[in-house]
Amino acid sequence: MESTKTFHALYNDDDVLLSAVKVIKEKHYDIEEIYTPFPVHGLDKVMGLEPTRLAIAAFIYGCIGITVATLMMNYIMIVDWPQNIGGKPSFSYLENMPAFVPIMFELTVFHAAHLMVITFYLRSRMWPLKEAENPDPRTTDDHFLIEIITDKPVAPLKKLLKDSGAVEINEIKNKVN
Amino acid sequence: MYILSNRLKIFSLALIIIGSLGWFYSYSSSHLTLDQVKELLAEESHNGSHSDTAHAMENSNENHHNTDIHHEEMDEHSEDAHGHEDEHAEHVLHQIHNRPYAALYVAAFFFMMISLGTLAFYAIQYASQAGWSPVLFRVMEAITYYLLPGALIVLLIAYVGDKHIFIWMDPEVVAHDEIIQAKEGWLNKTSFLIRALIYIGGWSLYRYFSRKFSVAQDHAKDNKNFKRNFQISAGFLVFFMYTESMMSWDWIMSVDPHWFSTLFGWYVFASMAVSGITVIALITIYLKSKGLLEYVNDSHLHDLAKFMFGFSVFWAYLWFSQFMLIWYANIPEEVTYFVTRIEIYPIPFFTMFALNFLFPFFVLMNSDYKRVPIFIIMAGVVILVGHYMDVYMMIMPATVIDRYGFGIAEFSSILIFLGLFLLIVFYSLSKEELLAKRNPLIKESKNFHY
Repeated sequence: MESTKTFHALYNDDDVLLSAVKVIKEKHYDIEEIYTPFPVHGLDKVMGLEPTRLAIAAFIYGCIGITVATLMMNYIMIVDWPQNIGGKPSFSYLENMPAFVPIMFELTVFHAAHLMVITFYLRSRMWPLKEAENPDPRTTDDHFLIEIITDKPVAPLKKLLKDSGAVEINEIKNKVN
Repeated sequence: MYILSNRLKIFSLALIIIGSLGWFYSYSSSHLTLDQVKELLAEESHNGSHSDTAHAMENSNENHHNTDIHHEEMDEHSEDAHGHEDEHAEHVLHQIHNRPYAALYVAAFFFMMISLGTLAFYAIQYASQAGWSPVLFRVMEAITYYLLPGALIVLLIAYVGDKHIFIWMDPEVVAHDEIIQAKEGWLNKTSFLIRALIYIGGWSLYRYFSRKFSVAQDHAKDNKNFKRNFQISAGFLVFFMYTESMMSWDWIMSVDPHWFSTLFGWYVFASMAVSGITVIALITIYLKSKGLLEYVNDSHLHDLAKFMFGFSVFWAYLWFSQFMLIWYANIPEEVTYFVTRIEIYPIPFFTMFALNFLFPFFVLMNSDYKRVPIFIIMAGVVILVGHYMDVYMMIMPATVIDRYGFGIAEFSSILIFLGLFLLIVFYSLSKEELLAKRNPLIKESKNFHY
């Protein structure tokens, strides 16, 4: 669309940022993205973001981990070559289970932790040599930035942002992707 | 301000009275003579119920003789079948006699342990200056009010139960048992009593002063009482870790005087802490539902539920560590403990683990569920049942061996102490305001949000 414009409003305080987000949401402007140097408590709530499902994913990965451990040790120790090692009963998995529990536990934690971290990287698109998507280097130090893309009139938005406590408002020319 | 209702008073008195009647019934009906036991055994072997395996187990597991003497006797008895039967009948007679004492002891210890676990948790809250929990302090203080009477009753039962619970208190057994003789420096009635009084005295002194300072802080103009409470809590925690450990050797581990385990004290502590926290959560939910705890919100419940979850896992970790190390090395002198439990008590033994670990693990894992009272109540009731079974599994296999069950003796013992516990705890709740007013952390606690 021709008339779409991008605004970057910069703030220098997280409390001001939170109240600004509330005001902007009230006026029904769409917030494209917010850049902060550190986690701001309650920001996801005022933005109305969906809660994360990473914990559910981790639970499923943990279940996969314990399955892997069980199948592996059942095959190796019971099915494939049931040796008598120091008198430990290798007639069935259950009989020798206490000896397997440390590995079952560790593999559960291993799968849950690592697969969840990898999921996090994939979902948040982070990997080595990835080009940084930082609109303003100051947002990694001490400034907070709200990015708004809108096709509504410009003047009231600028006034709104100014009133909400922005220290700087920049209009960005749309890049041609 | 909570007011102790007449309904609650009558209800708990009824529990105590019904429980006492039931217990005395089971006590009087357990007084069989040797002939009656022989008749009973003859009947059982006719029906073919639990004769052979139990009989064999008893021979391999009984604690009454050291192994050398025992083997000699075994040889004699294989020649003289009749004498063997006599001795078996006598063992069964002892087990049947022991049951009401053991049932009472298990229930008494279970409720005492709830109170002691709460006291330790309370001291940790003070010593760590937790900002979330001060709105719950009065609930915790009320639960710990049961500690002094509860612990004295446990001690009394141990003393009256005597050789029915602790075989090392039976001079006849000790005379034939070199292992117990070697432990007599620690395991004798006088030092048992002195140690127990030191533990109970120390815990009660801390409880008395901590409550006193906590109430005094409500009307004080400075924070002197709070600071004192912080200091004595830190001191108490050191004292507690030593005495709790020794208490678990004395009051629980010594029912199996031939057996020992180094992490036993921790294991008992985990059981205590999780039961204590569960009861705090349950009473909090009850009072909240009556509208008496204005400032308790679902974040407080969430924290309590997290502690329930965490300590359940901690308990399972210690339970498994103790079991697995002994199972793996399989040293005969240690492993009899678990052989007795798995062979004779297979269902309670593994059910207990499921109730104490698997159930709370899956119910309380979800963050949203931890805020919903019904889930906490569900998990809490299962945890309490599970930890009663845990204490049961520690005492019963050493006292009644294969003559166990959950009958009138056990049920009425629970009723007695449940009634007493409710009466004392809710009486204490009605003594003071339910909000610790001038606690320096109370504002943070009122606004606590997770």
